[in-house]
Amino acid sequence: MTALALKDLCKAFGGLQVTRNVNLSVEPGERRLIIGPNGAGKTTLFNQITGDLKPSSGSIHVFGRDITRIASRQRAHIGIARTYQIITLFARDTLLRNVMLALLGLSPLRWNPFVDLERQEHLRERAKAALARVGLADIAERRLSETSYGERRRVEIAMALAQEPKLLLLDEPFAGLSADERRDVRGLLAGIPREVTIIMIEHDMDVALDLADRITLLHFGEVIVEGTRAEVVEDPRTREVYLGA
Amino acid sequence: MTAALQRAAIVLALFVLATVPVWVANPYYVNIASQILFWAIFALALNVLIGYAGLVSLGHAGLFGMAGYTAGLLLAAGYGHWLAIPAALVATVATAAIFAVLSLRATGIGFLMITLALGQILWGIAYRWASLTNGDNGVNVGSRPAPFGFSLAGASSFYYATLVVFLLCLVSMLLFVRSPFGAALRGTRDQPRRMNTLGYNVWLCRFLAFLFSGVWTATAGLLFLYYNQFVSPQIVALQTSAEALLMVISGGTATLLGPIAGAAIVVVMKNVVSAYVERWNLVLGVIFVAIISFMPEGLVPGCVRLARTGYRAARGGRARPALSAPTEAGR
Repeated sequence: MTALALKDLCKAFGGLQVTRNVNLSVEPGERRLIIGPNGAGKTTLFNQITGDLKPSSGSIHVFGRDITRIASRQRAHIGIARTYQIITLFARDTLLRNVMLALLGLSPLRWNPFVDLERQEHLRERAKAALARVGLADIAERRLSETSYGERRRVEIAMALAQEPKLLLLDEPFAGLSADERRDVRGLLAGIPREVTIIMIEHDMDVALDLADRITLLHFGEVIVEGTRAEVVEDPRTREVYLGA
Repeated sequence: MTAALQRAAIVLALFVLATVPVWVANPYYVNIASQILFWAIFALALNVLIGYAGLVSLGHAGLFGMAGYTAGLLLAAGYGHWLAIPAALVATVATAAIFAVLSLRATGIGFLMITLALGQILWGIAYRWASLTNGDNGVNVGSRPAPFGFSLAGASSFYYATLVVFLLCLVSMLLFVRSPFGAALRGTRDQPRRMNTLGYNVWLCRFLAFLFSGVWTATAGLLFLYYNQFVSPQIVALQTSAEALLMVISGGTATLLGPIAGAAIVVVMKNVVSAYVERWNLVLGVIFVAIISFMPEGLVPGCVRLARTGYRAARGGRARPALSAPTEAGR
């Protein structure tokens, strides 16, 4: 069973075709890198997989289940988690509270108006563990607005991992990071167990390349090249559209 | 503030509230204290939507009036309090549900305009459908209820009844704010799309918040009815919604004490200052402008911020630049 199967996926905004007949098949445990120049439709593709956008036509299957028409929030409950390119976190809350909100999203406790959230020890412990996983345990009680950009990236990843997803979508996890931070995040991603299938959008091929099993090159909403690392890098079309050399 | 100090402040506040009729003595001022309390309930209810859900409603006077009119008309028709009160609560919450379904199709200014329109429909009914509502003449209520044989006819007894309801409201708000559901609702205010991706049903969170707000708006409306033993279209008008909105914003949105402080300011202005200053509306306006100018976050968070900077300055030199935004007290 494939982890993610896109079939003839199309998305148009008015006359602008941003996803053109995309067929994509990702195996369980695979690390797939999606590359492409600006405006290639990478994030739009992600938004359709997570349900933020409805495709114009085509279908999306996750672990054999057709999710083309189900609501975004339900996709979280069947094991899809994502990080955002433009960080969308809860700035006024602590890091711990941010991760607790991620955990709460999948728990029936989220409807409870009577108990004190701060006293939900199991939730706190799990949130702390998720922060420890990304190396932020010591600043768990710090407010998000007082953290650095690189730390926020890691909070994004902690929130996604806390939900124990089967399919993890990372939208430019290295964007805007310093060399040191990139190394940290890369180590972090390399440490995610193979039970989690990862699809990653990344501009910077140098950092992301050795994390990927297979690479898909998008250009103007179309899949141009797909294959193993070596195949895609060697392909003349890759050089033409992407590497610009 | 340390926990012990906080506990002492709460005990002191409760003691002061419980002894108001003793040290105020004059029934006129005891009545004003009652008014502050039920307007505070109304403001707290509105704050659930404005402060915690980020949805500014201008139609809450409609819900407030719905409760007053339902109970008032049933009482006028000869039914007892035991029927009028629950019927008013049910009718108002049902109306809140309809309001929510219609207005939650939008957020921001769209939400505000839809709630405004819905509120005006209810005002129109109260004002124009004279055969049902008695129009401009309003509805008179003969007596206040006497729960467990405890007559609420006097100023003090009504004050105590209102205080009990107010404290219940405050406890429910406190529970709500600390609860997972409260955290989820604040999340939908700050990052609705993110909350959706995390698995939350944003629409349902907002809908339930609207109902919760509706319950306490109805309660405040009932207290208003029994306090005045009268309800008229005036209270259903936009001005009431706007006043409640001002109470919340001037006191401090998304805080528990803010709406209470806001309610106190407005009620005192209306009743006390108006006795000395003919143009009390002008005074109220100046106060609001001052609050918005010097404490844009509202009176309560603003005072907390000033107290903190003052405390740091008093400790001399060691004052750190305020890393934390002054919203902490409010959350």
